[in-house]
Amino acid sequence: MSRKISFNCPVQAGDEDRYRIQMGPQHPATHGVLRVDLDLDGEIIRKCNPHVGYLHRGFEKLAEHRTYVQNLVLTDRLDYMAAMANNVGYCEAVEKLLAIEVPQRSRYLRTMVCEMARLASHLLWLATHALDIGAMTVFLYCFREREELLEIFAELCGSRLTNTYTRLGGVRQDVTHSIMMKLEKFVDSFPSNLEEYETLIDTNRIWLKRTIDVGTVGADEAVGLCLTGASLRGSGVDYDIRKHFPYAAYDFMDFEVPLGETGDTYARYRCRIEEMLQSNSILRQCIERMPPGPIIGDDAPDLIMPNKPGRKVEVDVPAQQSLIKLVEDRETFMEGDVYVATEVPKGELGFYFVSDGNGTPYRMHIRSPSFLHISALKTMAKGSMLADLIAIIGTLDVVLGECDR
Amino acid sequence: MESTGIIPRLEVSYPDDVLHSYQYCGQDVVLTRKKHILDICSFIRDQCAMNHLMFLCAVDNSRRKEAIGKNEYERFEVVYQFYSMTTKHSIRIRAQVPDDDCSIESITSLWPGADCLERECFDLMGIHFSSHPDLRRILMPEDWKGHPLRKEYPLRGIGEWAGYETLKEKSLELRTFDYRSSQKGNE
Repeated sequence: MSRKISFNCPVQAGDEDRYRIQMGPQHPATHGVLRVDLDLDGEIIRKCNPHVGYLHRGFEKLAEHRTYVQNLVLTDRLDYMAAMANNVGYCEAVEKLLAIEVPQRSRYLRTMVCEMARLASHLLWLATHALDIGAMTVFLYCFREREELLEIFAELCGSRLTNTYTRLGGVRQDVTHSIMMKLEKFVDSFPSNLEEYETLIDTNRIWLKRTIDVGTVGADEAVGLCLTGASLRGSGVDYDIRKHFPYAAYDFMDFEVPLGETGDTYARYRCRIEEMLQSNSILRQCIERMPPGPIIGDDAPDLIMPNKPGRKVEVDVPAQQSLIKLVEDRETFMEGDVYVATEVPKGELGFYFVSDGNGTPYRMHIRSPSFLHISALKTMAKGSMLADLIAIIGTLDVVLGECDR
Repeated sequence: MESTGIIPRLEVSYPDDVLHSYQYCGQDVVLTRKKHILDICSFIRDQCAMNHLMFLCAVDNSRRKEAIGKNEYERFEVVYQFYSMTTKHSIRIRAQVPDDDCSIESITSLWPGADCLERECFDLMGIHFSSHPDLRRILMPEDWKGHPLRKEYPLRGIGEWAGYETLKEKSLELRTFDYRSSQKGNE
């Protein structure tokens, strides 16, 4: 059998010297299914065109046909590195829309799981970012720490990655003594472990050469590009949702927002490392100050489980009707729109709801940080070396599940 | 949240464009016409120090209860949320876009980060952004028909993607292709 493969790459006149490279969607350093079309002049990137959408599952469309309670599980599948933080973000937004009060203990629990998710996500980021740049050892150490956190998640809610731990009006389960002991042990040992990683890469000559002055973004440019999270704070812009719009129990927490100065890959790396220490301190405060009380509010909507085969259920109310009934009783479910943002490990995750007085959202828009960060890649990669693109994708900390929704 | 004073300033500066303003859950919202949206956005950025574009999305108003039978609402709207990192104020602009002239000016000249967001609106809602540098589909395949987030678009879609069958055939064809057969072909 004879067959010739032809690559259909039209080259414009006067453009013959340029290389066209398609990086991804299966490239290991693109952190998922990101495809980047590159125009190269030697090794310098002249044009960078990211293509996304390979993981598009249409959550926004799907959410219009499901109730607020049912939509919670979709948020796990956004940023699957830190599903807890997404759950909290979604619940905070819906609670604002439905005016549901959350008890103090579950606020603290939410803060705790948020920070655990932040640590898990940042550890994974550090592992893969270092691996992309060429430091294998860090990868193994980071996964060791992350494993401990995932074990705690599994004990807390039964799953390691897609947690669905929060509920509208509270959280699903209370912590046990054994979980708190494990967490305390983790919190005690984490700062010294982090120091270990820093000795591996912080002053490593190769690491410094690969990160300093790579992918530099100025403060104003970063704001214009809609960067958020540590990617923005690396440029010295003081913008953290936990401070600007405090949610859960962040009001009562004592923490600092680490800022970079230079806005390069190294500054963002330092920011995230400092952020991990701050998260660790927030976790400690949560353990020490955890108030007693109920974990779910009185006016939280009921979860109605699907019927199990062979089991007769007397009252069979669809979840949607139950939610309508609930909100009719309280007369708080009005027509309106609301936008609530939370600080997830990647940046600002926001939910914009348009409510029609119905049990389902009329429109749900997810403002995902990764989507905007990939949009910024075009500008940031222009003029840099091909090898630096790997570092830039790593430093922006994108996850494609959240980008494509 | 206290009143930010931006809405009265907007009403004074753009009396013809501001249709209606309200506060919901402590968030300021302004309904505007789409004609001078670029001017309004640059006014908000430069005069009100709102430097952060939080999000930009499009909403289909065709089945929205509050919009049915009201003159100020059009078929679509593009929603912008701005935030000032210095004064900590935020404002939401809902620009109304009619069905028969489904286009609005792009704000990529003010916020380069709006590039992908506007492409998403174009892709999923079919709103055309004039003077956008590179308006293509972003999440759906480039040859996709229809705009999935419109209300009349069915949840399960309108059939398989056109390129799927060819792609499947090609993958089956490539399965028989290996190193040895390629060597044979070249001889």
